Amino acid sequence: MQLDEPVLLPRLCRVAVCGGTHGNELSGVYLVREMLKTETRREDGESASVLMVLSNPRAMQQCRRYVDTDLNRCFTHATLNGPVSDGTPYEIMRSRELNAMLGPKGSRAAVDLVCDLHNTTANMGLCFIAYSDSDWICLHIFRYLQKQMPDTPMRFIHFDVSNKESYSLYSIGKHGFAMEIGPQPHGCVKSDIYTAMKEGVQHMLDWAGYFNSGCLFEGGLVDVFTMVKNVDYPRDGETRNIMATIHPRLQDRDFCLLHPGDPLFQTFSGETLTYNGNEPLYPFFINECAYYEKGIALSLARKKCVTIPSIRAQTEEEEEQASEQSFASEEEE
Amino acid sequence: MSSGGNNNTKAAARVDAARRVAIFGGTHGNEMSGVTLVNLWVQNGAEIQRKGVEIKPFIANPKAVEKCVRYVDTDLNRAFTQENLSATGDDELPYEVQRAQEINRMFGPKGSAGAYDVIFDLHNTTSNMGCTLILESSKDAFNLQMMNYIKKAFAPASCLVLLNEHPLLKYSTSRSVAKHPVGLEVGPQPQGVLRSNIFEAMRVILKHALDFIELFNEGMEFPACTVEVFWVLERMDYPRDANGNIIAMVHPNLQDCDWEPLNPGDPMFQTFDGKSIHYQGSSTVYPTFINEAAYYEKQQAFVTTRRETLVASAVRKA
Repeated sequence: MQLDEPVLLPRLCRVAVCGGTHGNELSGVYLVREMLKTETRREDGESASVLMVLSNPRAMQQCRRYVDTDLNRCFTHATLNGPVSDGTPYEIMRSRELNAMLGPKGSRAAVDLVCDLHNTTANMGLCFIAYSDSDWICLHIFRYLQKQMPDTPMRFIHFDVSNKESYSLYSIGKHGFAMEIGPQPHGCVKSDIYTAMKEGVQHMLDWAGYFNSGCLFEGGLVDVFTMVKNVDYPRDGETRNIMATIHPRLQDRDFCLLHPGDPLFQTFSGETLTYNGNEPLYPFFINECAYYEKGIALSLARKKCVTIPSIRAQTEEEEEQASEQSFASEEEE
Repeated sequence: MSSGGNNNTKAAARVDAARRVAIFGGTHGNEMSGVTLVNLWVQNGAEIQRKGVEIKPFIANPKAVEKCVRYVDTDLNRAFTQENLSATGDDELPYEVQRAQEINRMFGPKGSAGAYDVIFDLHNTTSNMGCTLILESSKDAFNLQMMNYIKKAFAPASCLVLLNEHPLLKYSTSRSVAKHPVGLEVGPQPQGVLRSNIFEAMRVILKHALDFIELFNEGMEFPACTVEVFWVLERMDYPRDANGNIIAMVHPNLQDCDWEPLNPGDPMFQTFDGKSIHYQGSSTVYPTFINEAAYYEKQQAFVTTRRETLVASAVRKA
């Protein structure tokens, strides 16, 4: 393959925008509600069919993250296909409904792209979170948003989880990512955060339209933050209560490089605990409220520069040819 | 009628020493500074010891704290009405009503001579209110003198006083069981989150408050003074549609601008499709509790206040 030959990818015929996967992350709740009220049509290019989904209505009604269990951990193949009974938690039943609506995960019928909207109490700006560092669709959308919204701090976070183990709602689609924006307290909507999310989603849908109409998107470089590990709070051995807060010099400094020896926590008696890892890493999800119960005070990532190729949507003929070829190779098997 | 004259010639008002003081954390189970401080002091109360006074740290709503929610059945900080406190029904009553009755037995009865002298009630808010002390009466000289002492001790850092004496908007707080109720509200902090700067600020303010009590109990006279307060005027709800759904957010120009003047015509809300809604009042007000997460369900986007200077008479232990 020549370096300047674009990668050809199937069009994005069906795109899903999901809000309220966590019922108290309100920017996505209000944005999807608003989008359900107003239809958006595009003049140029072929519009994708856009599905607007409120993922966890019961949790939204109570303004809580979840009712029985975290919906955004219910999308592993095992959970989606395991046995159910009367006692099955609400969110697991809901994950199956969503899988039927937008999936099934892993099948040809799944939607082409899922964008799942989230908020965080951490000072992360706008982040894409994805399971792959080589999904060119997601990376190109990210790059497009960076260009369209230059004043918004934006990062691409990669969780290196296999398709088999992937657990989030956005893993249902053939392509998918979470759009995570903070800082916003849960249960609140801040206008600047809402506006950033609204613009981000609009630009994403614009991009899908241009892509589907055959535009060529030039390749380039994208910084990707790959999650390495989580760090928990120091806890009391018996009660498991936390014994320190995020250090004031680390609080709100998501994506500022943390070096060995830098302050990490401050105990209630004022002592500083330092980061003792053996390499500098990038912290994120610093002091995310929902992660206290998951044993996460912050996450740490390595940064690398990914080269993304030029891409273009397959024409209908190209799509047919590709489909015939894969059918033929399936027959051989 | 006296001719007014010099305040120095007036004798100080005599107020009983404060011998029994309580510090409530977790009246709302997800407001973490108070929960954490009280848990700390229950284990080791050395920091809050003062001569001549018994100081009791207390988790007001343990079930809500355990679940890290604001409340289980109903808001504890609205539950101390006379109706609730005298209700019968025991186990069938909502959890927080039962809890209010228990707190009233332990620290009250509300309105009686046997009630605790002072209750400090520790709260956090998602609003950008900084450090705020909340009073329920404009006539409690002891409390006003305490406010004056704390503000001076905390300076140059700011600590403002909010007064909610509004006949309709005033509510029955857990601290109202005591003779001298004092609310401490520090923000901005998301629910369920513990931020070190917010935690430390609350700790320092409480330290000054307890110092005041110790000095007062030792017989120090506090001369007449003035205290600037923000007096609650009205509650402003979000614009809603016919079904009661919120249709606009706090405007970016107002977000985080607690205590700053809001003038007639200033932007107040922004609809989800970007239109501004402006303040229609007839005079300048000072908004606070702007975008407090817990108040969406209470139909409150913010409260308006007016600035007023109260005069506190000199006080001395009786």
